Amino acid sequence: MQKMPQWADVFLIPVISLLIATFLSGLVILAIGENPIEAVKIMITGSLASTYGWGYTLYYATNFMFTGLAVSVAFHARLFNIGGEGQAALGGLGVALVCLSFDWPHWTLALPAAIVGGAIFGAAWAAIPAYLQARRGSHIVITTIMFNFIGAALLNYLLVNVMRPQGAMDPASARFPDGASLPTFQDMAGIFGVTMFRGAPVNVTFFIAVLACFLVWLLIWRTRLGYEIRAYGHSETAAVYAGISPFKITMIAMLISGALAGMMAINNVMGEAERLVLNSVEGAGFIGIAVALMGRSHPLGVALAALLFGFLYQGGAELSLWSSIPRELIVVIQALVILFTGALDNMVRMPLEKAFLKFGKGGA
Amino acid sequence: MDFLTLVQILDSTIRLATPLLLACLAGLYSERSGIFDIGLEGKMLAAAFFSGAVAFQYDSVWIGLLAGIGASMTLSALHGAASITFRGNQLISGVAINFLAAGLTVVIAQDWFKQGGRTPPLEGPARFQPIDWPGAQAMRADFLAARAENPDHFSLSPIYFDLISGHTILVYIAILAVPATWWLLFRTRFGLRLRAVGENPEAVDTAGVSVIALRYAAVGICGILCGIAGAYLATALQAGFVKDMTAGRGFIALAALIFAKWRPVQALYATFLFGFLQAIALRPNAIEGLLGFKVQVQLLDALPYILTVVILAGFVGKAIPPRAGGEPYVKER
Repeated sequence: MQKMPQWADVFLIPVISLLIATFLSGLVILAIGENPIEAVKIMITGSLASTYGWGYTLYYATNFMFTGLAVSVAFHARLFNIGGEGQAALGGLGVALVCLSFDWPHWTLALPAAIVGGAIFGAAWAAIPAYLQARRGSHIVITTIMFNFIGAALLNYLLVNVMRPQGAMDPASARFPDGASLPTFQDMAGIFGVTMFRGAPVNVTFFIAVLACFLVWLLIWRTRLGYEIRAYGHSETAAVYAGISPFKITMIAMLISGALAGMMAINNVMGEAERLVLNSVEGAGFIGIAVALMGRSHPLGVALAALLFGFLYQGGAELSLWSSIPRELIVVIQALVILFTGALDNMVRMPLEKAFLKFGKGGA
Repeated sequence: MDFLTLVQILDSTIRLATPLLLACLAGLYSERSGIFDIGLEGKMLAAAFFSGAVAFQYDSVWIGLLAGIGASMTLSALHGAASITFRGNQLISGVAINFLAAGLTVVIAQDWFKQGGRTPPLEGPARFQPIDWPGAQAMRADFLAARAENPDHFSLSPIYFDLISGHTILVYIAILAVPATWWLLFRTRFGLRLRAVGENPEAVDTAGVSVIALRYAAVGICGILCGIAGAYLATALQAGFVKDMTAGRGFIALAALIFAKWRPVQALYATFLFGFLQAIALRPNAIEGLLGFKVQVQLLDALPYILTVVILAGFVGKAIPPRAGGEPYVKER
């Protein structure tokens, strides 16, 4: 028996969780002696009132769509990939190697190559934990955490000792060639003679992220492989009876997940920084967890949640500029969203289910 | 590498291993009872901030320690509520706790002290001071005098006055916590039940013992130990709280826990090994002198994680976690 109509499950619960998280964040702002209404006003003006603000909001949302999809695909196979941070960092390495290896004549040639580079490196970084989970039974959460740290150390070594151009002081790779420079929304608006999105980093990768959302939806709900991934996620024993190989599904789901996380690098490394810097991911891999939980692992939900977090990120940056509330408030909000949509899901769900049962009886 | 350098490296090994050991034992209680805890990092960070801030406010390190333990236990209670009462995902709850601590400590520190997310430097009674063992000072003076006369003077006395003596009380507490944990887990009824609840909660429930109460107790002990670990960071190892000062120590402790295969004495060895790696990473010249070639600092940073993955992969012995770990207990099934 279904305790709740489906719309309540996919819509009402995330919204209620979000409201609780927002309310608690408001209390935090009150507690440090600031005005929450004023704070929300600053955030909205800073992120949504100008095309510049939108340019940043969409730029962050692009990152979060990739990492959110990465976590979602693994979630469907009931694997918790907490290593998006490391996979995205390695993806950055792949993108940087592609961009630097060749004097690209035009971005339309560089972009597909960079996508492949980022995806392969991201997938490779997910492959070892996936193999250890599938063959050796090592817990994937622990191994992916370990791989985040190993990846950070590896990149640190490469940027300080290997990829840094001679004479440069900061640990970063050389600039990418001009032919690998992706058009930003500003450039695109310029074609039509309009000045919009001035100075904002949002670029053509945004469309790739939207396309990725659609492709993931197609994969999970419209293909045989997606069916196998979901079946394995619902019940491993049932999947084995149906002739689905756990090894194959674990590997494929994690490789896709890692590839999606790695593809984030075309946005932040190729699109924005145009060189590989230390800690280029800046926590976006972890935000993917919040985005996937909030979006209920559905690509549409992920896209909406990514937009919300893009807004929070840009708004949070503005907040620290125009008030004395530090940027870390966004980390608190992110934690509360993860807490209420993920860990304390039942706390919201149980009373709601009761209410629906009661209401349903009264109506009948 | 001469003997004195070795003693100094081992001395910093003890200092750096202490927070790892406390956090590792904290995780041991929790995971032995069947509650995964990847929120060790967050609990330590919250404890580090509140111990530093309160110790500064009241100019007393002991009140600071209590505040740190209180902060850590609050997060433990949250983890318990999410993973025991509401049967949520323990891993997701741990992730949330890490972010909650990372964000809240800076937000509150900025509001409280307005120094960019740090506490003012602690001094005097607001910090744990080193304890000198009897005769240690005299021995050090003798050694230095003999050394001044003859630069090749050699004696084993630095082991006593540098390595054993001269640490803060929390270091000795951490080391004593190892036999205490062993005794509690393997020689008491509480310990037997705690281990049983992590392996087979149904059996414990059938015997009429509350699974919920045992798991809350384990999570509570975990909170206390993480609290001490965090307080050590801010009030003993360093003089005050700085943003993100745990720097991944909670995860190294988690790695050490797997490396030790969830056993207390082995936890001591594992954390001291990882502490040693951190200590030699601070002295790259000493390793170069010893091995004759340069070892990259980044490799030393990554080594605890690499070793843990190797252990987890089962190539060197097999690390098998408690069987009921990560599973919320549902009574009516």
